[in-house]
Amino acid sequence: MDGGSRRGSRQGMDPIVRRVGFVTPGTEPEIPLQQVVLNGPGQSSPAPVIIPPRPIIASSTLSQEINSKTTAALKTVTVDALKNANIEASRVSEDLTLSSSFGGSDRSGGEAVSEVPASLSTVTTMVRQVSIASASVPAGGFAGPSVGLTPAPIAASVSEKAAIGGVKEKPKTTRAERKAIQEAQRAAKAAAQGGGKAPSVKGSVAGGGDEKKGGGKPAEPKTPKATPRREGSLAGSEKKPPVPAVRMQFDDKDRVAKATKKNIVEQTETKNRVELFRHLPQYVHGSQLPSAEAKFFRVQEPGHPHPAVYQVGLRYLTGDIVGANARCVAMLLAFAEMIRDYSTPPQKTLVRDLTAKINSHVQFLTTCRPHAVSMGNAIKLLKTRILKLPGHFTEAEAKKSLIEDIDKFIQEKIVFADKVIVDHAVEKIREGDVVLTHGHSHVVEKILEAAHARGKNFRVVVVDSRPRLEGKALLRRLLQKGLKCTYTHVNGLCYIMQEVDRVFLGAATVLANGVVVSRAGSAATAMVAHAYSVPVLICCETYKFHERVQLDSICSNELGNPEALVDVPGRKELTELQGWDKNDNLQLLNLTYDAMPADYVAMIITELGLIPPTSVPVILREYRKESNALELL
Amino acid sequence: MPGVASFSGRGGHGPMDFDAVVLAGGLSKQLYPLVSKELPKALLPVGNKPVLSYTLEMLEANNLTHPHVVVAGEEAASRVRAWISDAFQDRLTARVTAVPEDSGTAEALRAVAHQIRAKDFIVLSGDLVCDVALGAVAAAHCRSTAAATALLCSQPNSSFAAESKDKGKATTAPPVDYIGLTTDGSSLLFCASAADVEHELRIRRSILRAAGQMVLRTDLMDTHLYVFNRVVLDVLEAQPGIASVKRDLLPYLVRTQLSPLPSSVTGPSSGPDDAVSREDSSGSAAGPVASPSLVEALSHPARRGLAGAVRRCGVYLAGPDKFCNRLNSLQQYIEVNREVAGDAVHLTGFPVSSFNNVVHPSVEIGSKTTVGAQCVLGEGVRLGDKCSVKRSVLGKNCRIGANVKIINSVLMAGCVVEDGCHVQNSVVSAGGHLQERASLKDCYVGAAYTVGTGEEHRGESLAKKQ
Repeated sequence: MDGGSRRGSRQGMDPIVRRVGFVTPGTEPEIPLQQVVLNGPGQSSPAPVIIPPRPIIASSTLSQEINSKTTAALKTVTVDALKNANIEASRVSEDLTLSSSFGGSDRSGGEAVSEVPASLSTVTTMVRQVSIASASVPAGGFAGPSVGLTPAPIAASVSEKAAIGGVKEKPKTTRAERKAIQEAQRAAKAAAQGGGKAPSVKGSVAGGGDEKKGGGKPAEPKTPKATPRREGSLAGSEKKPPVPAVRMQFDDKDRVAKATKKNIVEQTETKNRVELFRHLPQYVHGSQLPSAEAKFFRVQEPGHPHPAVYQVGLRYLTGDIVGANARCVAMLLAFAEMIRDYSTPPQKTLVRDLTAKINSHVQFLTTCRPHAVSMGNAIKLLKTRILKLPGHFTEAEAKKSLIEDIDKFIQEKIVFADKVIVDHAVEKIREGDVVLTHGHSHVVEKILEAAHARGKNFRVVVVDSRPRLEGKALLRRLLQKGLKCTYTHVNGLCYIMQEVDRVFLGAATVLANGVVVSRAGSAATAMVAHAYSVPVLICCETYKFHERVQLDSICSNELGNPEALVDVPGRKELTELQGWDKNDNLQLLNLTYDAMPADYVAMIITELGLIPPTSVPVILREYRKESNALELL
Repeated sequence: MPGVASFSGRGGHGPMDFDAVVLAGGLSKQLYPLVSKELPKALLPVGNKPVLSYTLEMLEANNLTHPHVVVAGEEAASRVRAWISDAFQDRLTARVTAVPEDSGTAEALRAVAHQIRAKDFIVLSGDLVCDVALGAVAAAHCRSTAAATALLCSQPNSSFAAESKDKGKATTAPPVDYIGLTTDGSSLLFCASAADVEHELRIRRSILRAAGQMVLRTDLMDTHLYVFNRVVLDVLEAQPGIASVKRDLLPYLVRTQLSPLPSSVTGPSSGPDDAVSREDSSGSAAGPVASPSLVEALSHPARRGLAGAVRRCGVYLAGPDKFCNRLNSLQQYIEVNREVAGDAVHLTGFPVSSFNNVVHPSVEIGSKTTVGAQCVLGEGVRLGDKCSVKRSVLGKNCRIGANVKIINSVLMAGCVVEDGCHVQNSVVSAGGHLQERASLKDCYVGAAYTVGTGEEHRGESLAKKQ
């Protein structure tokens, strides 16, 4: 488990935001704001988080007291958001008190926050993020902005500990006790009907390492009575309107069976799945494509997707279309095609029928490959557009308007955004720089090409990782353009990093806490870069931002084809893994994405300018405002 | 020729945008004496069904219900037309086109080119018997946005080779195709049939350079099933010298896949800059202005096929478990019949008995007569006493006398075999008559031919004098 050490090291380090200090003209108002938030009034150097011993207060009174204070202080936080989540509130407020980022806000947090009115909005946003994102990871919302990152269950146990007696040392947990903890957590997870996000479990597991470095936070064996409370808060928070749809947990057999019954693509779950990743879908890769292809000409049968969508699905399946942008564009174009061929069946309304149709098509695409955040956002937008179609529109008008919307989305959010990102990013490449990138992000490729075209003299290091080796394609294209390149694999990273000046990385998504989800291997690259004080610049269009909060790469990820690990190109004699699926003791894990913590990220280059990862919530808020405004029209 | 960019012109949520062209041939010289004016190649029975029915059923199963069938020769065309309208009455609406008798396959394709409306079309030979999923081939074609995709299967070398051993090397080896593929087996880099190759293979250096590596194989068979983009129709028009699809068109496409298209055929796949310029022009048509090429530009798939190919020639390799064969020789005819009666019996759609053979309920079998596995006995067949039928296909209303042995043979409809005959590894066409104690081995008997009493034939082709 890498969680513990990672967090531990992060706590001791400055967020790189300040050290590098890129300031873009576009985001000037946000930078000082972030600094205020990060440094707190009158606290110039960020010390490692020191958790003060808690006074002995009964936990209920504590939470109520703090709850009332928080509510008073953060007036904009809706009452109902906190009402159902007392525990959350207490954890949240605790985080306020614990983390040095809110320096003076201990106990008298209200005054401190009101002293810094600018930060209030940010805090509000973050609190809202917390309540929106996931009830079980409230602390995650603060992972980006605040320095001290406290996994949720730890926070909970802190409050409990406080109630018991405020002992600081870590008590020895017996094996039985640990097992009891696990059982309790499993029960909680099951009770949340698979809806509870995995990090709640994960967080506590990873917390082990945290305790040693993070100032001796005590980990108390969870008493069973903690469980129902968490459940309650979970259930309560799920009722709130902006809660995102509960993601499918693939270790829940009944639900999986139910969901896969109607699938067009034949899916057989692989047997040897890694325990920790059982909640993610993984299928035997061989059988999907032939079964889907065999039905290629049967699209006229009811329940079959539109030909255009079908073809896109097949190309997802075969890996012909990869990359968040490409997948999103392909999907949108297919949907446009579908909408063009669409005619409302009699006795149905366009709005409802088309929405249902889009849903079933999305479902089909998801069976081909779990969809990316970028696609999710585009789908969301498309569906809102359908819902907000003016009632007086004829079918033809409605279709035309939708197709235009799709097109506008592609042009504005992707094509144009990429151009602007390239413009921004090229500025960041200086003469004589050594630029490092990992994998193959097409935006990064464009940036490097543009910089080269502008006559900048720089060198590129392409870092690649198995099994996809996508960097080779990038390398080929760059060499064709005449750039100077170095090619290495992830294991050569720390040697090559010494000479690197900038790291440019693409992203699959950027989450509200500033965590960047990108191709597996990117996080390691960013971490090494961070260790060598090399700024990491993430190139990402804002449409890929997501409100979700994620702390690790486990709760939400995609499992690639384990078969890809079996063969090593050029090493035919390495046959150890042949027939791996026959061996019950062997499990292969081929993760597709990983999550890099916000601390490693110096800047996110978006079409709206260069922003620090802490400003992602701001963008999200503004973006939502904008789309809300559009909806009102 | 209508332009390629017919995206917006497509109305309704139709089926997959595909047309099918069946090249049903005419009176094949290779299959003399089995084919005749009355029985064009397309109607030659395989497992008691005209061979064309396998093709058409495959198309029907894939919702391609409007195939174009091209037949060489007016008379043959009218027979095929009559048969299709009878057999596929409510299932297919095939449009049968006749072309002059000795025209090549490319000319046949030209004859129906103006009727092809879809963006892609499937061209398949009417004598193809296979159970490869057509959808998979088409899907592979669409996925790779190839100009042409060929279905290749491994060379059938099963029982035929084993049995021809005892005859020595008398029979010529099946024609070998030299096929060059990319290392991942997705693109065609080179193809030549053995007939055209003398001492050397001429491989384009530019293609080799673009591909990096090429795998040259001779164990693959071209099944004469191709999926073409309609760009190919323009090529056909621009190159009047192309006579045959397999021998001229495909090699031409493979050879020129790196060279730029003629300006008139620039399809919807152009640069992303074009996408922006089209925005202005097609504003009224409400078409998506971002072209599909944007996807290509944004995507960076694991390298498939040829770098920089303008018209990629793709390949779909049929799995080893798939059955695929063609009727292109007399020996092959027996072979296909046997396979259809045996391993590939599912293609016929006949119910298989517990003895692994297909016997029509109306068949009368005499006492002490055995019908072995892998046999197909048609309607109204009457077998006398003490007969033995092994691995053979007997057509409708065949009458077999007593003490007859039929092994590895095909008897078409209405044959009469009198007592004591031996038929081995032979074909007897419709209405053939074998008088008492006649013996045939490796023979091909034409329609309504009579083999006299006690005659013995070895490796002969027997037909009535015209």
